[in-house]
Amino acid sequence: MLIPHPLLGLRDAEEFTYLGDARLLDRPDGMAEGAAAAFYEYVHLRDNPAGVHRELWFHEQGDRSWLVVTRNTVTHEILGAELARNVKGGAA
Amino acid sequence: MTRLTGGLIDRSRSLNFTFDGKSYTGHAGDTLASALLANDVRLMGRSFKYHRPRGVVSSGSEEPNALVELRSGAWQEPNTRATVAELFDELEAKSQNKIGSLSFDFLAVNDLLSPFFAAGFYYKTFMWPRAFWEKLYEPAIRRAAGLGSLTHEADPDSYDAGFLHCDLLVIGGGAAGIAAALTAARSGARVILADEDFRLGGRLLAESNPLEQPATDWIAGVEAEFASLPNLRVMRRTTVWGAFDHGVFGAVERVSDHLPTPGKRVRQSLWRITAKRAVLAAGATERHIPFANNDRPGVMLAGAMRAYANRWAVSPANRVAIFTSNDEGHRTAVDLAAKGVEIIAVVDARTGAKSQGGYRTIAGGHVTDSKGRLGLTSVQVTANGQTEWLDCGALGVAGGWNPNLHLASHHRGRPQWDDAAQAFLAQDGAVPGLTIAGAAAGKGSTAQALASGAQAAQAALGDLGITATLPDLPRGEDAQMNQHALWHVPGKGRAWVDFQNDVTVKDVKLAHQENMVPVEHLKRWTTLGMATDQGKTSNVTALAVMAELTGKSINQTGTTIFRPPYTPVSMGVLGGGDTGVHFRPRRLTPTHEWAKSQGAVFVEVGQWMRAQWYPKPGETHWRQSVDREVLATRKGVGICDVTTLGKVDVQGADAGEFLNRVYANAMGSLKVGMVRYGLMLREDGFAWDDGTCARLSETQYVVTTTTANAGTIYRHMEFCRQCLWPELDVQLISTTDAWAQLSVAGPNARKLLERVVDGFDLSNEAFPFMACAALTICGGLRARIFRISFSGELAYEIAVPARYGNALMARLIEKGADLGATPYGTETLGVLRIEKGHAAGNELNGQTTAQMLGMGRMVSTKKDSIGAVLSRREGMVADRRVLVGLQPVDAADPVVAGSHLFTQGAEQNTATDQGWITSACFSPHIGSAIGLGYLENGAERMGEVITAANPLQGQSVAMRIVSAHFVDPEGGRLRD
Repeated sequence: MLIPHPLLGLRDAEEFTYLGDARLLDRPDGMAEGAAAAFYEYVHLRDNPAGVHRELWFHEQGDRSWLVVTRNTVTHEILGAELARNVKGGAA
Repeated sequence: MTRLTGGLIDRSRSLNFTFDGKSYTGHAGDTLASALLANDVRLMGRSFKYHRPRGVVSSGSEEPNALVELRSGAWQEPNTRATVAELFDELEAKSQNKIGSLSFDFLAVNDLLSPFFAAGFYYKTFMWPRAFWEKLYEPAIRRAAGLGSLTHEADPDSYDAGFLHCDLLVIGGGAAGIAAALTAARSGARVILADEDFRLGGRLLAESNPLEQPATDWIAGVEAEFASLPNLRVMRRTTVWGAFDHGVFGAVERVSDHLPTPGKRVRQSLWRITAKRAVLAAGATERHIPFANNDRPGVMLAGAMRAYANRWAVSPANRVAIFTSNDEGHRTAVDLAAKGVEIIAVVDARTGAKSQGGYRTIAGGHVTDSKGRLGLTSVQVTANGQTEWLDCGALGVAGGWNPNLHLASHHRGRPQWDDAAQAFLAQDGAVPGLTIAGAAAGKGSTAQALASGAQAAQAALGDLGITATLPDLPRGEDAQMNQHALWHVPGKGRAWVDFQNDVTVKDVKLAHQENMVPVEHLKRWTTLGMATDQGKTSNVTALAVMAELTGKSINQTGTTIFRPPYTPVSMGVLGGGDTGVHFRPRRLTPTHEWAKSQGAVFVEVGQWMRAQWYPKPGETHWRQSVDREVLATRKGVGICDVTTLGKVDVQGADAGEFLNRVYANAMGSLKVGMVRYGLMLREDGFAWDDGTCARLSETQYVVTTTTANAGTIYRHMEFCRQCLWPELDVQLISTTDAWAQLSVAGPNARKLLERVVDGFDLSNEAFPFMACAALTICGGLRARIFRISFSGELAYEIAVPARYGNALMARLIEKGADLGATPYGTETLGVLRIEKGHAAGNELNGQTTAQMLGMGRMVSTKKDSIGAVLSRREGMVADRRVLVGLQPVDAADPVVAGSHLFTQGAEQNTATDQGWITSACFSPHIGSAIGLGYLENGAERMGEVITAANPLQGQSVAMRIVSAHFVDPEGGRLRD
């Protein structure tokens, strides 16, 4: 598998470490009301779609960027890759 | 049979070889199969289940029958197809799957018992008694069935792995592949042409006159041009065996399998080819036609017979008959007759079929039976209600061609039946970027193959914006096959569909009767196509028979799909060069050379090699060395390389805030020049890792992790920085390998370090417990010093740039000779920390809470940090197990980590389980074995005697509960 790194171009997937659902970016506030329930969902509940999925990959054998990769889990087609810090920055 | 005329063998080079101990001679250019046929050897193996005598069926990698063991000793290789084994001088080959000799195999009794071995037999019979499966049935079946044998010796060969990139990968070097490669390479594109054969040409080498000019002349001209093109790489003896995601293909190059010994070469290379586009030009595999007793040595594919005659100048017999359902059988008859082989008859299933030469043609006929125990002697022909027996030594069978579309299935693309081609064809786009040309696309004539190969390459490069011009190609034959569908000859006897797994038409019928109709069920119930050949010569025939039985069309019946590998791949080459010490990267500590010079014993810790202990002359048991190192450290000073602990440099205006959020305890409030113990939790609230956090300046911290988690924690910290809080001004870098770090521990530690620092005040007042500083040592070498202790003694850790680690170690030992300076290894490190009651990996096993470590209150409630919220979950807070020390009541008793703890006299089960021992060692300080463990309400049970149970070894030891701090519980020593 090849991943289109936004800074480095196509890189072999073996250079990366996989984490999973990009919703991990949306960590709840631990000091807020209802934090226990929010963290229960955050830690334990994940979507596992057959189809388009946004997921986190770490370029461990490379520039150590965390990427949000959009991948079709059925065909392995990669629809895009962004720097996680930009995704998070945009969302914040 | 002597050799025929012509052929592509080098008669000037004779090669000697043996088969089952008998000596034979062949020529350069032969395969083992062609050389055996040239020596009148038709019997080459025994079948998998019934041990029926079998001969070669094909002339290529699809071969189901002629599987042999090559070479001997550690080099012995089982299940090698004789049809693709290139002959070399002194080749040693053996038949396999027999008891006794190949011509008298005791297990052939299975053939007489065949009524019992029908489809699903194993599933139905060996169900009970249950215990018999493992002890009796399975070993016996494995002995009787199965193929070649393993040597049980280590693989003596070496392998390599590499990466290749190209614009266009052409898979297959026949007419279509050569045309594709030529078209693409002339455009300047980067091209790889991979072919499994040792000679380019494919069927061009197997046919008599495929081109208007001699095919070998044309190929020689093209090869000369190929050699001059730097943008083209031709890979012979290279099988592309898998199509993976995003244009990645797996290939194995057989570098030296065709040589008597590899010499300095690797045996095979594994290539990962990344191709922007690919053309699959893998050709086609001929189908046979099942009839009663169609598996005798001498019955083979008509196309293979032609290949043996034209390329290898050999015929399996002097008198040959042909059974065909299309024009291909006649081609074989014409080619063999031209070389002087007697054609007894061509039995053509088509009514009205006409002879195409001076041989007898039996139109509308079927071959209905055969004779010959160890080799074909005659065939029975039935035509127009009449039967006759024809004497012949070989029968060529032509049932049409199946395109080799296997790679197009590797992304789960399901082939569709095409009535015009009378074959399954791959669907467009089945593998993105892969197009199919030539016989693999059902375009089987030479003219079609050449044209479609060139066009496929042109179109593929066009996608990439590269303009390629179609080359002038020679005119090729363009014959039609006029295929008549004949999937099997009806009749009573056993008619083999799958030779390698011994599946007959009757088995398919039985599967139908038992409702195993869907192709996937059919395959598993009968084991059809599940052998090493993966059904290349059998799958389509079997499902066509099933279609006939169910009255459905072949398309409605469907087909199974293919997975990688296309042909068997050895485990050795999949490992590439990653064996022995190269299995994974090996990291050496900065003091490795010094430790080696001292005779240290090393231990693998993850990728690291660490000194485990340093034996002294006269010490014969590791415990002697370790006890000495422990006592020397507690009495004088010990030095240990602790570089392997992970180090992360954290810098930025928000470094403190960042660490506040990463660690459970507060780090932002740490004073510059001080160190604090830090505990990290996982987001689910369990303890994950611990280490120290040193603040070197307002904006710089250096934090440490355990050795095992160095990579994971760094990754996690980058996750926190980039994915959770990118707004924080903080940067991270792992400096584990940049700094050599030595632990200097013991009452003389200060005295020793005073001898190397450059005027730095190490007094307790100036540099107290948990202080840290940057300084210079040994006359100007930059260093960092941390007053931290894992041993419970007065201790420091001193860090220098990694390349000075070895010299610093030697200097400290030299300068501390009068202070008792002693190097110690990981065993002593472990004993010292267990004696002090410090948690390590054994205690932080992923099921441990901060509370169990006695650190529950460290998890700050004033701030949010990773894992803080879920660490306060009800179940976690209610956990009453805490870390305690354990000492055997009888000092001679052992302490075994993993033992479970029970109240004395209580029944021992999971309900009464009170905890377990996490770490154990012999403590020279205490004079007995000691342990650490988690125990229910441990803090309130000091002095109580409990039972440590180790049922695996039948041990039960009375243990006293004590403080986890066996040494200096007040902590006075480390603060002095």
